[in-house]
Amino acid sequence: MASVTYNNVVKNFGDVSVIKNIDFTVDDKEFLVLVGPSGCGKTTALRMLAGLEEITSGEIKIGDRIVNDVAPKDRDIAMVFQSYALYPHMTVFDNMAFGLKLRKTPKSEINRRVNEAAEILDIKHLLDRKPRQLSGGQRQRVAVGRAIVREPKVFLFDEPLSNLDAKLRVQMRAEISKLHQRLQTTFIYVTHDQTEAMTMASRIAVINKGLLQQLDTPQVLYDRPANLFVAGFIGSPSMNFFPGKIDVDGGKVTVDMDSFKVQIPDALAAPYKNMNGKKIVFGIRPENIHDPEFAPPNIHGEKVSAKVDVTELMGNETFLYLITGANTFIARVDPRSQKRVGHDVQVIFDMDKFHIFDTETEEAIR
Amino acid sequence: MRFNLRVGKYWLYIPLVLMAVFYLLPMYVMLATGFKSFAEIDLKTMWNLPKGIAFDNYVEAWKNLSPSLKNSFLMVIPATLISSALGSLNGFVLAKWKFKGADFIFPFILFGMFIPYQSIMIPLVQFMRSVGLGGIPGLILAHIIYGIPITTLTFRNYYASLPHELLEAAKMDGADMLGIYRHILLPISLPSFVVVLIWQFTSAWNDFLFAVILTGNEDWPITVALNNMAGSQIIAWNVQMAGSLLAALPTLLVYIFLGRFFLRGLLAGSLKG
Repeated sequence: MASVTYNNVVKNFGDVSVIKNIDFTVDDKEFLVLVGPSGCGKTTALRMLAGLEEITSGEIKIGDRIVNDVAPKDRDIAMVFQSYALYPHMTVFDNMAFGLKLRKTPKSEINRRVNEAAEILDIKHLLDRKPRQLSGGQRQRVAVGRAIVREPKVFLFDEPLSNLDAKLRVQMRAEISKLHQRLQTTFIYVTHDQTEAMTMASRIAVINKGLLQQLDTPQVLYDRPANLFVAGFIGSPSMNFFPGKIDVDGGKVTVDMDSFKVQIPDALAAPYKNMNGKKIVFGIRPENIHDPEFAPPNIHGEKVSAKVDVTELMGNETFLYLITGANTFIARVDPRSQKRVGHDVQVIFDMDKFHIFDTETEEAIR
Repeated sequence: MRFNLRVGKYWLYIPLVLMAVFYLLPMYVMLATGFKSFAEIDLKTMWNLPKGIAFDNYVEAWKNLSPSLKNSFLMVIPATLISSALGSLNGFVLAKWKFKGADFIFPFILFGMFIPYQSIMIPLVQFMRSVGLGGIPGLILAHIIYGIPITTLTFRNYYASLPHELLEAAKMDGADMLGIYRHILLPISLPSFVVVLIWQFTSAWNDFLFAVILTGNEDWPITVALNNMAGSQIIAWNVQMAGSLLAALPTLLVYIFLGRFFLRGLLAGSLKG
């Protein structure tokens, strides 16, 4: 029940700059996911908030309190670690009660809180077991339980699902979302998995190379990525990129990709009208490239010729790996598509759903 | 193929058994001689079995050695416990609560393992004399200090193998440095404690050199007393051998009862989990 603010936070390890500068606010009761490739600084950002790393400069606030020099235990936060970090010699009950015992919480209160948390997480029958007698998923629940009983203002999760198998991960994902709704507390969750970020977050902060790239709701991140990195990172399979050049001829704006050209619909052309000859990166998501037979009606479609390199039949959809000129790209088409490997085909680009990025700054132009 | 492997296995046992027999021969002589009467003692009949089983020699040896056996326990128990406890604390700080210079101090501590007893005999005696510590307390101190490098190494390696997140979780739960040690590390240190306790117990118990230079007639530990039991003219080998077995018994018992933890503990540093 508190907001979290990063104010121009910088972190260096010796000469290595891990966090160059991050500056954002996590709202009260929000589920914020920090996502980025490994080594981008997202875990360091979380650990600074937890008090496990010192801050080189800037300040971190929990609620209205600056916590730079506050000990981890006094920050009113709880953390769930990637390796669970359960105390191996203690029972599940004692693992969850440890923090409360150290705080001299009355016994009856400890019992109440542990039982309540165990109830929420469905681990009541495991309270007498030791961590080594538990499966990965059960350990994960205990680790979450240990955080819940503390009734913290902010929950921190450091890649908590990455040690679980794929099926369990999907299940725990939903449970953590449910938990957030039930507890109505601020959650900050670090992951490198964009699917986890998209499915759980109320907002996502994309971090790369120690800098915040974009902070917004999952849908906005997906529909309007601020730069090339975010566009490529969010979405699977990722967005197709083509190096190209803008051609303005009269009122018409086209993008020339050497091997093909597409015309920008008039309604969206305004930002590019004075950019004749500018080098850009053209981006389009795989699901916005259609097999002409199954293309939705009423779109501004542009035909592009390509050769099918690989097909992947997923059942509910088909991925076509296509080659045109020096570019390869992926189309996510209707499963009834008859396009097969080696065919020279035409596909339709839905020109209402394109992205254009400045080649130099990598920022979106719109 | 399988047949050959089996045969090969049997062949392997022959040298193994031979070596075991060879290794156990002194044990045999010790046991056999310990049960012989004084009249039976002769180099020519050294390998013969005793004529009967009599415990006279053990009674005799016990009479001579029991005071020094007590001295040995009085010396070994505190020396073992204190050096293990110090090693554990050192290991914790060096592995998980690193301070500036920790990586310099650790090899420095280890260096102590490579200093031979003989080379420090004179300064050791002079030091003990100047601080007024002699006899058993002095011997305890010497063994504690000589034990610190190996106990520190064992614990440090064990603690270094534990995930750092374990301590961070405890930190966030509100434990301070000593709390983490007491509530988290100490309870899971049992395998290392077994290794170190056996090791320290054995080396302090078996030590002769420090004991002979630091203790006198009254407070000899058993190793020195055993040596001095031999008269200058005649050596009663039967009593001497019975005494040897008495002297070796405690370390044997320690190993028999704690030994199964010993290997597990030795491996604890190298294997995860």
